[in-house]
Formats: sequence, C-alpha cells, structure tokens
Amino acid sequence: MPGSRRVLITSLSSHWGGRLAQQLERDPAFETIVGVDTTEPKLELQRTEFVKVETDDGLLRRIVRAAGIDTVVDTRLIPDPLVASLGRAHEVNVLGTRRLLAACAGSHSPVRKLVFKSSAHFYGSDHDAPAFFTEEMGRTRPAQTAIEGDVIAAEHAVAEFARAQPEVTVTVLRFAPAIGGGLRAAHLGLLGLPVVPAILGFDPRWQFIHDDDVVGVLAHAVGHDLPGVYNAAADGVLALSEVVSLLGKTLLPVLPPWGTVFAAMQLRRLGLRVPVEMLRDLRYGRGLDNRRLKASGYRFRYTSREAVQKLSAHQRLRRLLRSGGEAYRYEREVEEFLRWSPSVQGLEALDGRPAPAPAPAPGPASTGTGGYDALVESDLLDLIPSLETAALAQLRAHEADRGSRRRVLAALDQQLARRARAAAGAGQPAGRGNDGDLAE
Amino acid sequence: MADRDEPEPETGVTVELRLEDRQRRLPAAADLREQLPGLEAERQVTDWGRSERVEGVVDRTLYDFLYHYWFRVEVDGIENVPADGGALLVANHAGAMPSDGAMIAKAMREEHPRRRAVQLATDSPFAGFPGLGMLVTKLGAVAAHPANLHRLLFDERQLVLAFPEGHRAQRKPLGQRYRLCPFDGVAFARAALRARVPIVPVAVLGAEEALPRFGSLAPLRRIAHLPLTTGLPLPAKFRIRFLEPVATDELEEDDDPGFVESLEGDIRALIQENLLELVAQRRSVWLG
Repeated sequence: MPGSRRVLITSLSSHWGGRLAQQLERDPAFETIVGVDTTEPKLELQRTEFVKVETDDGLLRRIVRAAGIDTVVDTRLIPDPLVASLGRAHEVNVLGTRRLLAACAGSHSPVRKLVFKSSAHFYGSDHDAPAFFTEEMGRTRPAQTAIEGDVIAAEHAVAEFARAQPEVTVTVLRFAPAIGGGLRAAHLGLLGLPVVPAILGFDPRWQFIHDDDVVGVLAHAVGHDLPGVYNAAADGVLALSEVVSLLGKTLLPVLPPWGTVFAAMQLRRLGLRVPVEMLRDLRYGRGLDNRRLKASGYRFRYTSREAVQKLSAHQRLRRLLRSGGEAYRYEREVEEFLRWSPSVQGLEALDGRPAPAPAPAPGPASTGTGGYDALVESDLLDLIPSLETAALAQLRAHEADRGSRRRVLAALDQQLARRARAAAGAGQPAGRGNDGDLAE
Repeated sequence: MADRDEPEPETGVTVELRLEDRQRRLPAAADLREQLPGLEAERQVTDWGRSERVEGVVDRTLYDFLYHYWFRVEVDGIENVPADGGALLVANHAGAMPSDGAMIAKAMREEHPRRRAVQLATDSPFAGFPGLGMLVTKLGAVAAHPANLHRLLFDERQLVLAFPEGHRAQRKPLGQRYRLCPFDGVAFARAALRARVPIVPVAVLGAEEALPRFGSLAPLRRIAHLPLTTGLPLPAKFRIRFLEPVATDELEEDDDPGFVESLEGDIRALIQENLLELVAQRRSVWLG
C-alpha cells in the first residue's frame, strides 16, 4: 500500500485545517491537497485547492472519488463552547462527522486513511478518574456536558466506520487543550484575564499541547500509519496555580465549591464568562498519557510548561501591540508584487515591511546598491536587519569597496554571522520569520 | 529543552522500521517506560500534583515536630525497603484522623539511606472535597486507582504506601485496636503482582492511641463519618517496623483471584503477628 499522496482536509478555513495544509504543502510527496469548508481560507496557501462546500455527503463523495483522495484529515471538531453555539457545535461534531464518514465509506471509495481530530473531552473530568488517561480507558460515567456528549458520539461514529471499513487506517487523535497565539478557546480566554478565577479549594491538573505540536501531530498521522487511538498532549501536567504563576498573574478563587454553576452565572452578569463546561476542568482537570504517540515516533517540540511560557510571551506582546496601535499585518498584494512582478529589481524591493520606513532614495537602480550611498549611517544601520541575506552580502561587498563606513561594515558582518547561525540551527527560526519568506 | 533525557538517536531508527512495517504492532509495555516525560528542573509540582514547596514547609514544621518530639518515632527494619525500583509498602491503618501515613513517609526520608520519597495511595473520601483534597494531593497522596498504582510502581519505579484496610480501619472502635480489618478487595496485591514489584509489609504501633475514636456523631452519619475523638493527637509512642519484602517477580499466577487473595491473606497475617508482638513488648502506651 503506498503512503498518502492525495489528501483532503476538512475545515480548511479553521486554524488547524489551514496550518496543516501549509505544513503539507512543503512536502512534495503530497501531490494533491484539497481543502473543503464553507468559508474562504484565512491563511496563505500556495497549492492547496479550496472547494467551498457544506458537509454534504453527496458532494463530498463526488469530490473524494473524482480527486482520488487516499487520505482524509478531519479537523472540524469543535471541542469548545466559546467557538460556536452548542447547537452549531452539535451539528458540526456529530451530524457533520456522520456525513463525512458516509462520504468516505463504500466499496469503491479510494480513501485508505482517515485521521480524525478528537478531543480529550472524551474522557471527561472527575475526582475518581485516573491521573493519566490511557487510550483504552473508557469513561466511568456518562457525559457531563453537551460538548463531551458530542465528542463521544463523534468518536463512536468513527469507531463504527473503522469496524465497517477494515481496509481503511483510522487514526483518532485525542488532543489536550491547545495553546497558541492566534487561538480562541475557553481556557485561553480564562488565562487571558488579568486575574484568573478559580474554584475555592481546588487546584486542578491541566495539560496542554502547543499549536505547532497540534499541526505536527496531525502531519505525523498523515505521514505514518497509526491505526487506533492516540492521546496528543505535551509532556508535563501542571497545576492551575503553576500555570497562573508562569503567566505572571494572580489566581483568585472567587468561585465557591458549592453552587459553582450559580456563581458562574452571576459572574456572567458582571461580564466575565466562565462556560459551564470549564467548571469541571476548573475543579478536577485531567492528565493524559501521551506515551503511545511518542512511541510511534513523534517528538513533541514543547512541553506543557514551555507552551505556557510561549503563551505568556504572546500575552505580553499583545498588550504592547494593543497600546501601540495596529500590529503588523501580512499584506498579500504587496508581497505578491515584490515577489513576482517583473518591474521589481534590486535592493529597493527588499524591505518588505508595509510601514513607510525611511525608504532608500530611489537612486540609480542599475547598480542596485547605489541608493544606499545616499543614506545616512544611522538610517542604514536601522535598515540592515530587515534585508534578506543575499542583499546583505551584496551590500557588504559594496561597502567594503567603499571602505569609509566602518560601523556599517561591522553591523553587516554581525547580521550575516547571525543569519548563518540561524540557518545552521535548522528549522524555521521562531519569531519574525518574514525575512526568510522573502529570501525563498 | 536540550537537557531532557530522551534517547535521541534511537527514534529515527524506529520510525524507519515502522514505516516499512505497515502492520505496526503496539509497542510492548516495557517500551513505554522509555517514553515517560523528562524531568523539568524548574518545576516545583510533579505531574501528580505533589508540590515540593508545600510538602517542604509541612515537613519541616509539623511533621518534624510530630516525628521527633510528639510521637518520638522509633523505626526498625528500614533496610527492608529496597534502595531503588518500585515497591509497595502495605501498612495497618488506625486512628480517627490517621497520622500513620505521614509518619511512615517521614521515616523513609529520615532513616532510609536513599531518603526515598513515598507516594501515598489513598481511597480517601476527601478526593473530591474542596481544600482537603487539594492539600493531600500536594502532600503526595494519589488516588488508589489501579492505573495510578501501576504507573507509579511499574513505570516510574516509585515507592507507594497503601493501607488496604481502607476507611473501615478508621471506623473501628477503640476496643478493637490492633486487630486488622479485612483488606479492601485485592487491588493492592494485584497492582504489585502486575508491576512485579516487592511488597513490604509495615506494622505501625501507636497510631491507634494517638487519635482514639470513641464513637461517631450519629446524627451526622449520613453526611460524613465524623469521629468522636480528642481534637489533637495524643503523644503516644510510635514504633514502625518494616518487614522482609515479599518478592512477587517469581510468582506467575497473577490472574488467579484465589491466588491473589491468599497472598493478601499472608501479608495481613504477617502484619497482624508483628503488631501483636510489638504490643506485647510495649510497657507504656506513652513512653514505649
């Protein structure tokens, strides 16, 4: 059986769907990537084909067959009451899953692999639960919240599908709550508050998974054959108090241990929304045993603690950006122009930032580096970090010829050395990755 | 991140093998032990919720005082506790608000050459209770769920202290002191057998008199078994005796419930015998 080549991603416009598509695009082994959703994708995609379609099994089935899809990655699941209303969540989680499975089923279906993104809500959260859920453990009691019920029903449908279609490799990934910059979720909303409310007398154990790892795990499941259920949660289970202190915030046990739901409703009147689903997590929390996934060869990039530290950095940054006006936004048209337009030449094009920085004077474009002679030394120094590596080398040669500005030369050397180190350090340098994009 | 102790070079190989072998079998249980999360030195709370800081404070103040001055704990046979690897300590439980668990854990830290930490397996009614449940977790208690016991004993190779008598020991009247209640099911012996770790029986003398239970507040019985006791522990003399470990790694019949039961019976008899011996030797409840 050949590996996955033709992939269909559901919910392409969601954060996960889009990021997974971006990740798979980089690997030429995937010859076709098709994404379906009801809204336009929000992330930049290069070769992923987008089809605007409701989860309608008839249409989906036609797409799957016509495109000869061998792998379906289902990232639709909404495990969070903040993202959609409960009715909408049920529609997507349960009915949508059934429709999707129906589209993949059938004796002539080309689908050989199904990766289903599930949630740790499957296990629920209880005081008599084991400290680390393994994949075989069922629940001790029926679903406590609507979302839990949805997840269980969806997984039930997937399990049924796996039984009926033994030739399809079915991977179910139960994800812990994700942490990442642009995400919206109930637990992130709670941790984003200046003071984090808690239930008096409880310090639940929370486990997370970083945004990058969510995408990494999904891609891992697409690239390898992993039949069965896998818990996807980073190493380390933190106490809520630990999480809050890592974020540099204060834990405020304002919710009483009894009558918590009522108190949460009162808080809501004050403008603080703590969803009922969160209350169980705030009381008991949950830990997952991630060893089966690790044994399958996946390496987590972040531990739970490191993920929270990333979140902390993000929160601090966001505060700064909010006060300093609008944040930098990726401007597609400008990028496209700079990258592809035949009229763009030489160094003038290379400062990709939309802000009208002290732009180099449009000097004689034929020499390429000529415009820089007109710049004051300090302006040039400011400009250096935003240039791409090739241009830096060019400028370095130019300045060396000219030989008069030693500080510029030194700064150039320093920048070049840093780039070389970053390139040697393998993988995408975190943070501001825009320079790298332009260089490609 | 670089200092996490994970076997880097091997994983690439396993991935390759897995890719070829499409019919991937689930890795054997022994494999999964390699996949335990690495230690993060900066953390003060373990994955189980045990807090170094809270435990340290209580240990230095309350436990230290109780151990050295109030109960004047005397320990023998500490060398019977293995220096490394998992082991299940099984002790008799007593007193209205048991102090025996804390004292055994303290003895391990004070007297054992390796100063091993002990996780206390409780089937505590406080588990879902605000405040108390949180506190005992921070002090090193873990719910006595079979999966928890197996992970602690087999995967993490820790010491686990269990009181198989359960709550019954706390409800028995003062007249029946040092008479062991029947053990609660066979969960503990089975956990040790499954994990193939030795069982170390422990006999504790003194806990029964430290917080005697005279009765219970009958009208409140429906809500909680509130014991009628002295408010503070009395200064009874404690003696803790660690007995020879019972090896389980050569026993094979771990699936046979009858066998597990008989093993548990043996251990119970062993503790009972030693307890009576200790009581016979004791001249005074308070002075030992």
